[in-house]
This record gives sequence, structure tokens and C-alpha cells, in this order.
Amino acid sequence: MNTVLPLHDAADAAVREDSRFAVPGMRCAGCISKIERGLGDMPGVAKARVNFSAKQVAVSHSADLSEDRILRAIEKLGFQAQILAENPLAEDRGDTARLLRALAVAGFGMMNIMLLSVSVWSGAMGVTRDLFHMLSALIAIPVIAYAGHPFFASAAMALRYGRTNMDVPISIGIILATALSLYETINSGPHAYFDGAVMLLFFLLAGRVLDGMMRDRAREGISALLKQTAPGAMVVQGDGTTTWTKTADIRPDMVMLVAAGENLAADGVIEQGRSGFDMSMLTGESDPEMRGPGEQVLAGTMNMLAPVHVRVTAAGRDTSIADISRLMDEAGQHRSFYVRIADRAARYYAPAVHSLALLAFAGWMIAGAGWHQSLLIAVAVLIITCPCALGLAVPAAQVVASGALMRKGVLIKDGSALERLAEADCVLLDKTGTLTMGKPQPANLDILSHTEKRVALALAQSSRHPVSRGLAKALRDQDIIPAQLTDIEEEAGEGVSANWQGIAVWLGRPGQTDAQMSVALIIGENVQLIEMADLIRPYAKKTLAELGEMGLPASILSGDRAEAVAPVVNMLGIDAQSGARPDDKVAAVQRLTDEGYKPLMVGDGLNDGPALAAAYVSMAPGSASDVGQQAADAVFTSDSLMPVALAIKAARRTKEIVRQNFMLAIGYNIFAVPLALAGMVTPLIAAIAMSLSSLIVVGNALRLRGAAK
Amino acid sequence: MSGLAVLIPIALFMGLCGLGFFFWAMRNGQFDDLEGASHRVLIDDEDMPEKADGEESGDA
Repeated sequence: MNTVLPLHDAADAAVREDSRFAVPGMRCAGCISKIERGLGDMPGVAKARVNFSAKQVAVSHSADLSEDRILRAIEKLGFQAQILAENPLAEDRGDTARLLRALAVAGFGMMNIMLLSVSVWSGAMGVTRDLFHMLSALIAIPVIAYAGHPFFASAAMALRYGRTNMDVPISIGIILATALSLYETINSGPHAYFDGAVMLLFFLLAGRVLDGMMRDRAREGISALLKQTAPGAMVVQGDGTTTWTKTADIRPDMVMLVAAGENLAADGVIEQGRSGFDMSMLTGESDPEMRGPGEQVLAGTMNMLAPVHVRVTAAGRDTSIADISRLMDEAGQHRSFYVRIADRAARYYAPAVHSLALLAFAGWMIAGAGWHQSLLIAVAVLIITCPCALGLAVPAAQVVASGALMRKGVLIKDGSALERLAEADCVLLDKTGTLTMGKPQPANLDILSHTEKRVALALAQSSRHPVSRGLAKALRDQDIIPAQLTDIEEEAGEGVSANWQGIAVWLGRPGQTDAQMSVALIIGENVQLIEMADLIRPYAKKTLAELGEMGLPASILSGDRAEAVAPVVNMLGIDAQSGARPDDKVAAVQRLTDEGYKPLMVGDGLNDGPALAAAYVSMAPGSASDVGQQAADAVFTSDSLMPVALAIKAARRTKEIVRQNFMLAIGYNIFAVPLALAGMVTPLIAAIAMSLSSLIVVGNALRLRGAAK
Repeated sequence: MSGLAVLIPIALFMGLCGLGFFFWAMRNGQFDDLEGASHRVLIDDEDMPEKADGEESGDA
């Protein structure tokens, strides 16, 4: 709000760029103003706007100010931040807004028409009734044309391909009812169904809006977690200086300077330096591999130890990651064949309703009621049977359940994911990053005394190296208070040295040169070796046991070596396939699918992406690569593995409620249809029946609030 | 009857106003950041950032 600083140079405005950053640490009003004011004062920044709900900052800045420098500025303000990709999940955000507008229009129409209808029902006669019908028509026709458009368009699309969906009976019912009511109005008839038609639209749109909001909310949550594997790199210029270059602008033969803890933005060959590379996102291997001059390194891997110069050999679409995305596209195609429960129900429902209405028309014609009376009864049947409760039954239940899951840290991307989750009958788990944390953590902290821990924390927290970060986090979790140090100095890739009460202290790489992740803590003469290991997620064993109880046998599908998988297998007591490449993982999923199973794939890395897309349903942890999170149907944000079992439990419970709702809707029809067939349904009865059945269905869905317990 | 001729147009007009306002609010991004809006009320340093900072630390 107070951050709009006009750019001094008018020409700059033409080349302004917008960047988005995820800042998960924002918690209060103070953070908002601190970030907005801090960035607003930065030269080159035109506007910074915080979106607190999404935990994001949108910055409009001149093109010569690099994203990297803004990121550093946010970090200097005291917040962890990440550069966000071009909002890959927000492409259909506009859909919900359009539906919401249609809902508002339908609501406006419904209220005004209902006002007029109530006077007609309570006995307005003659000219007054005709006038009120006329006014209703005047309001209803534009409202139906606008608010009904989503249904008409979808029905037309389905009919064009010779299929039928929920929207076909809805559209036919609404159009017939409107046309007949118009005819009645012109001929001063006693009954007009404008209120019924608009009310139907209102309830159905409410269902659609709920569905859309749930999808948007989950997508927003996920896009806040998305970290671009490598948004860019420092490129060495001819004169030896480095400039920040975005991934899209990196070309072969450029030389990147990659610091420890950074991801590679492109494939390349090391020119200078030696370091260990964490390939787990690509291959699933948990131990870093040492690479030296002349050896190849791949985009998406993380430099763990020391800064290196890398000459780019392939960038953008040509990198090794591109192969994986091609595999993913192929694997994900079957997803579009899944038919949502509501549409499956419509397959039987629509023909039944239409033949019933047709039968009513024919029956009354034969009985000699005249075509006008018969048509009126047929329309009453259509209105009464219109899947009002059905249209609300599924989304209402799914929205309540996904809201409950979201509070427990599980983001479900859409309703279809929830439906498929309920049907899964076996689980495949990746090892590195899924069953394990995927981050180095100290395994033998107990060997340190309390004082040593305080010194270790003070040293570790002053470095951005992934190993130091893991150590610092583990120590902070033990409520250790860092010791006061002076003269802190970091030697990149080697270690951090400092002075503590006159004693020289050092935390860093132990003497040996292998890539094993252990750190040495030296205080004066005293040397302690802290083993760093990739630990298993909390509650992993309990989760697997619960999954087993629910009838979902689990097995490991890992890209890591058999020796690395073995300890996890022994500890958890489940089967494993090791050394699986991305296409092997897809093949394993495919094999299960062909055998008639509906596998749930849980994975995180780039190498899991194709399998996540190929599986019947998939989940990824919040720490997963952006590819993994985009491919998965659901993302869980906690460290614990428990949400996997929780999500399946909630999904099954949702399915049960949806089934109950269908039963309720059918029960209501059994009661109401005979009345309609008998010609006893007036617009008043239709309106009451419709709202009552919708209320019951929504009320039943609300029972899911505690589904994720 | 003559009352209706006035009341119905008024009711419709007011309804349309509400609808128009809702459309404007959506286009204007009023619903984009519901949580943030509730926090922004607490930022009171529009013109005098120094003074606001002092108050903040004084409260804490």
C-alpha cells in the first residue's frame, strides 16, 4: 500500500518485469509491512505486494534488477524466500471466477423471482398474476442465459461427441421448463416454473463453485511450496565478474559458478573444482557422488560441498530433465480417461429421467389429457428429477473432506483425486526423500556434550551449506541456545572457523576426501566426528502398518542401489525393487495396473515424476521437487508419513458419504416422482422439495468435518 | 397496485446495484488475499514509519 514508488526513468516502465517469491515465514502484519517497505525502498523496484493467504510476494521491477538480488534482499530482511516459477498450476483459475459470477447472477435472479412467486402462490389472481409472471420472465430469461451458460456449453460439448454427462439432463430440463413457462406466461396460464429453473441453476452452480474453490485452494497451497529446481545461475563473464542469469537465458558454452548448496540450472562439464553432487532428485541415490574437472554433471542435481565452475553443454529443453518430462507426458495421458463418480451416475440417471418424462407425456396423452397438460406434467417430472441434490452431493462432501485434510497438512488437487484415492488398493513408495527425509541429519548427536552442541549450533547456523543447515535444525529442535562466537569465517566447501572464549573452533569437512557426509567439530584440540545420515521419516512404520490394515500392501520402488535400500527394507519389513530408472518405475506401475490393481504412488524426485503421473493416484511430500509436486494428485506438508494413511482414510469416508448422499437423492426421487407423474406437483411443491433435498445433502456432507482425525 | 409500480423497480435496482458491486469487487481483486486484509488493518505507519516502529517496540 505504501510502497508504490514511481520509477524515475519513464523508459524503465516499458521493460518492467514481474516476479513472484514464496515467503513461507510470514506470520503477522509486521512481516507484511517489513517486506513491502523494505523492497519498495530498493532502487529499481516499482511495487511490492504481499499476498498473505498465499504467502507470496509479487514484485514489479525493472528488467536490469535480477530476481536473485531481490531474493537476497528478502533474505536480508530476515525471511527465507524462494523464486517461484511462472505459476504453472494457475492456468484455469479464471474458471472459478466465472462460475462465481454466474452464481451471483443466479442468486440475484432467484431472490427476485421468488419474491414475485410467493405472491402468486399466496393467491394473486388475474392481472396481478400475469404481471408477476411477466416480470419473472423478464428477469429469468437473461439470468438463465448467463448463469446457465456453463451447463449448456458442457452439455453441447458432450452431445457433440455422442456422450452424455450430468449437464445434459440439466440443460434439457431447464430449457424445456423455461420455454413452457414462457408459453404459459403469454397465454395467462396458472403455473410458471421460472423460480424452479433459476433455483436449480443456483444450487447446481453452488456445487460447481465449491468444487472449483477446493481445486484453487489446493493449487495455491502447492504453488507456494513449488521451488524451481534451479531458477538460474551465476554466469562468469569475460572479465571474470559474474552475473545472475535466468535458466531460460543460459546457453551452451557459458560458464556457471555453482556455490555449495545450489542446484545446477543446466547440464555441463566441470572446469574447475571438485565437489560431491546430490543426485537423489534424478536417480534416487542417497549418497552424493564426487565429480572433478572434466566430469559431467546434470541439471537438477545439488552441489553439496565446494564451489565449482561448470561449462554448460546443454540447457533448457535439451537437458537430461527434458527426457523425464517427455516420459511424464506419455504416462499422464490415461488420467483423462477417469470418469468422475457424478458423471458415472449420470450415465444411468440421464436416460432414466428422460424416458420417465417421455413416458409421463405419452401416458397422459393416451389418457386424454391434451398435449398442453401432458407437456406440463412431463416438465414437472424433469424439474423434480433434475439432479439438484446429485450435483451438490459430490462437491459438498469433497470440499468438506479436503478442507479437513488441508488442516492436517494434506493438499488434494481436485475431487477426482479424492475419488481415486479411495479406490487405491496397493502402495508403491520411493525411498530417498519419501520414506526418508531426503536431507542429511545428524545420526549420533548424543556423543556431543551440551557445550559442544552450543558451539556446533553457532557454527552451523552461520553457513548455508545443506549439511550445516541439517545440523543446525536438529540442534535447534533440541532447544539448544547457540554460543557467542567471534571472528566467524566461512571457507566455502571446507568449513566454518571462529573464536569461542579465546579457543579456536572449527566445523567442517573431515580430512578424508570421499563424499561421505560427516562433519568434524574441532574445539581447541578436541575433535568430534558427527555422522550425517538420511533418516527415515517419523511414523513410517506405523503408517505402513495402518495401510496394511486398510488392505493396501506397500512396497518400495527405489532408484538407489540395493545396499542402500536394504537397511530401510529390514527396518520396515516390506518388499523392495531397487536400482529402478524412471522408465523402470513406470513399467512397475504399468505392470500392477495391468494386473488389475489401482496403485497409489508416493514419490518426490524428478525420477519419480513419470511414475507419479502413470499411477492410478499419487502423493508427494512437500519437500519434493517441483516436477514431483506437479505430477502428484496430493501433496502432504508434514515431515511425518502419517498423512498418507490419513488421506486414504478420509477419502474412503468421503466416498461413503457420497454414496449416502446418492441414496438420499434417490430416496427423495422415489417419493417425489410419483407425485409429479400424477400431475400433482405445482411450482410451489417443486421449490420446496428441491431446497429441502439440497439442504439434507449438504447437512450430511458437513459430517465429514472431522474426517481427517 | 400503484405502490408495486414503484417498489418492484426499486427492489430490482437495489439488487442490480449489489450484483454490480460484487462484480466490481471480484474484478478489483478484493477477495484475492482475505487473510492479508485482516492483518493489514494493524499496519498504521502510512506516513511516519519511524514513529510506528517506536510504538511497536514499546508495546512489546
